[in-house]
Amino acid sequence: MNFSPTKEQLMVRKMIKQFAHNEMKPIAQLTDEEARYPQETIDKLGKLGVMGMPMPKEYGGAESDYVAYAGAIEELSKVCSSTGLIVQTHVALCCWPILTFGTQEQKRKYLPDLVAGRKLGAFALTEANAGTDAAGLQTKAVDMGDHWVLNGTKAFLSAAGIADVYIVMAMTDKSKGTKGISAFIIEKGTPGFNRGKKEDKMGIRGSLMAEQIIKDCIIPKENLLGEVGKGFKVAMASLDVGRLGVACQALGIAQGAFDETVKYMKSRKQFGKSLDKFQALAFEMADMKTRLDCTRLLILNAADRRDKGLPCTTETAEAKLYASETAVYVTNKAVQFHGGYGYTKDYPVERMMRDAKITEIYEGTSEVMRMVISGDIFR
Amino acid sequence: MKIIVCAKQVPDTTEVKIDKVKNTLIRDSAPSIMNYEDENALEEALRIKEQFPDSYITVISMGPPQAKDMLEECIAQGADEAILISDRELVGSDTWATSNVLAAGIRKLSGFDLILTGRQAIDGDTAQVGPQLAEKLGIPQVTYVKEVTVNDNEIIAKRTLENGYETLKLKTPCLLTVTRELNQPRYMTIKGIYNVKNQEIKVWNIKDINVDLTEVGLDASPTKVVESFVPTSKGKGTVIEADSAKEKVAILLEKLKEKHI
Repeated sequence: MNFSPTKEQLMVRKMIKQFAHNEMKPIAQLTDEEARYPQETIDKLGKLGVMGMPMPKEYGGAESDYVAYAGAIEELSKVCSSTGLIVQTHVALCCWPILTFGTQEQKRKYLPDLVAGRKLGAFALTEANAGTDAAGLQTKAVDMGDHWVLNGTKAFLSAAGIADVYIVMAMTDKSKGTKGISAFIIEKGTPGFNRGKKEDKMGIRGSLMAEQIIKDCIIPKENLLGEVGKGFKVAMASLDVGRLGVACQALGIAQGAFDETVKYMKSRKQFGKSLDKFQALAFEMADMKTRLDCTRLLILNAADRRDKGLPCTTETAEAKLYASETAVYVTNKAVQFHGGYGYTKDYPVERMMRDAKITEIYEGTSEVMRMVISGDIFR
Repeated sequence: MKIIVCAKQVPDTTEVKIDKVKNTLIRDSAPSIMNYEDENALEEALRIKEQFPDSYITVISMGPPQAKDMLEECIAQGADEAILISDRELVGSDTWATSNVLAAGIRKLSGFDLILTGRQAIDGDTAQVGPQLAEKLGIPQVTYVKEVTVNDNEIIAKRTLENGYETLKLKTPCLLTVTRELNQPRYMTIKGIYNVKNQEIKVWNIKDINVDLTEVGLDASPTKVVESFVPTSKGKGTVIEADSAKEKVAILLEKLKEKHI
């Protein structure tokens, strides 16, 4: 593993940092307050090639490495983690499974628009009674000979109704448990495929999350993604990429809150001196900095293994587990160190603390991460 | 259209710290960046290329080896080629010597239609290199340009004046020095960044360009820096506090009278 970033990795970080500062920072607070989807930012990121950066050149990507991609998601999330999430979900849970499991026709049909950011992707696995326990999926797909018919309701779907291309998990054979799950590509506008209730969320409020109702939805045969009964594999492999993104998102939130706190501590005076002169607080900042750097190294390890084509499920789970718990820990301290001001919306750490929590929950909870890691220990 | 952009890598003066004893810039205290107005020059070149897609953009810079980083960013933004003229003999060159070097470098290239460069560099604020370069190359120039229109072999440039602007029409080849008003520089693109490794940044030393050694470097530079210092503050402004605007004006008039203004 190379601990020194490459020229490209440095340049990607620099470019995203400039972009986030100029284009995202001015609207980050409003995005949260109004729970407004940052469409203009996503359009701009599409033009800059961020929406499909690790995808192959033949589909319009830059074939960037995942270490650079990780840096990009971190830099976006430092300023607005809703935007970081939108990008990472699109890349990891829609572009990536189509590239990896799709037929030539599916790749040619969907990837160019997705990679260019002209279309947005989404991923639908979770339901009211099934998420972690994927075998409990209720959404059914029935083979009608020349087409499929899907019925069910998906829950907590990011970009529901906004996204153009959805990867949807449905049971093709309930008796086989997870081996009876298949993956499908459903396009926005398909009759019977509609957004349900929007969720009013605690954090990442700029990223829309809602129910998606699938009612007698006719799906062409060629929209099966991968083989029948292999949908669980599609979902789990995609979530490995997604967990890397969530780890980077969590790191971005934590680093953003940390940087805000450093700035605040230098300017805030109490008892005749600035807060950074109080050793009790400064030592806690040292602990936080150490945890941030640990997180960064875990992410580097997971991303580097992905770049080299090595197995990385456990390493990614470790990165996601540690990053998300660090994000919750650091943002909590950041609010504490800002005192009463930290509890108000005048300072971004309030938003960051709310944004951090979800990283311990989605794309596999911390409990699931521990299942993955311990499962690997006691194989 | 063949376009040459002259760019300089400078310390970010918004972050630079000053050595309080020596009164010089502490170079390591600030990151190196591309001079702001040179970014505008590159942006304009890229826009012209969008208008005339067969255009070719060459960015040229004189500077230390690390200025290569800046040139790589120019490639990542969309420039076709970048050249760094770097040699120990060039250290200490003033504006006259620098324009000699750039002119020699540009003469080595296979012709050009338009040279774009920033009005001035934020580390020196001289605004001399652009005009000197045009003189040495024997081409027309317009300085302080805030708007450019290109029609075939004709350039229309709006030149900023203190109380307005003037519109000038030029035949190519010519040189324009541009201001920040001209445009909003673009970001690098991800594809551009990953394209950098396919584009070698050419590094030329003084042997590669046809330049007289007596015309470059510190010794050949007619400008000698006698002293650098931090200007002393001219005193603080006062904020007049009062309940109403009327009272504030009354206090202001009183104070002006005291000072016999």
